[in-house]
Amino acid sequence: MADETRTSESSSGGDRPDRGERRPSSRPGGPGGGREGGGAGGRKYFRRKKVCKFCVEKIEAINYKDIRLLAQFVAESGRIVPRRLTGVCTPHQRRLSLAIKQARNIALLPFAGRAA
Amino acid sequence: MNRTYELMFIVRPDMAEEDQDKLISTLETAVAASSGLVKGVERMGKRRLAYTVRKFHDGIYVLLTVEGGGGLIHELERRLRVTEPVIKFLTVRIDEEQKRLDKIKAIKDAKRKAAAPVTPAEAAGEAPAATA
Repeated sequence: MADETRTSESSSGGDRPDRGERRPSSRPGGPGGGREGGGAGGRKYFRRKKVCKFCVEKIEAINYKDIRLLAQFVAESGRIVPRRLTGVCTPHQRRLSLAIKQARNIALLPFAGRAA
Repeated sequence: MNRTYELMFIVRPDMAEEDQDKLISTLETAVAASSGLVKGVERMGKRRLAYTVRKFHDGIYVLLTVEGGGGLIHELERRLRVTEPVIKFLTVRIDEEQKRLDKIKAIKDAKRKAAAPVTPAEAAGEAPAATA
């Protein structure tokens, strides 16, 4: 999961200028704002600003039965993907992790690995 | 003290259809006995478990939505625990979440209504012109 995000970031460097302008205006104080592009560091790669999927798509209900939604935030190993990788905002991550844990409890999602 | 709960339970995959019916109907009578209300029964069918439970790889999922107090849930969980074919169950209280969702929906609708008066007036103004 982590590798996927990294490759998509590096490949999508071409269209970054307009994105860089638009995102902060729509979501002031969004996550990861301070770490944009590594600042004054010599290497110039641009991180696309991540936004919370639930805020953007206005998904209100995070339910433990909705496995297809939850599976997007669970790594192949069964781990809940951290906020810093997915860009989900804190309130949504809180409810997301609760839903994932409930889904694990009823064997809809694995605790560890796929078909251990 | 009326709360809404969702009981999801998994029965063993080789359980016969009529046995499932029997189990569900006994649960329903138990709900009625505790002056609860069955709001819905949904059979989600057989699906693969994410991990083995009691040496089973598959299970038949059933979702039961009930309204009632904590005592009812206590009784239902006890019944599920002693029922041998039930391999796993989960109870989730859903009324608070539902209330929250309804609130958000109400706010959204109110916003839409506030924005709406402009568009129907326009549509009404345009419609006669289009017909004429």
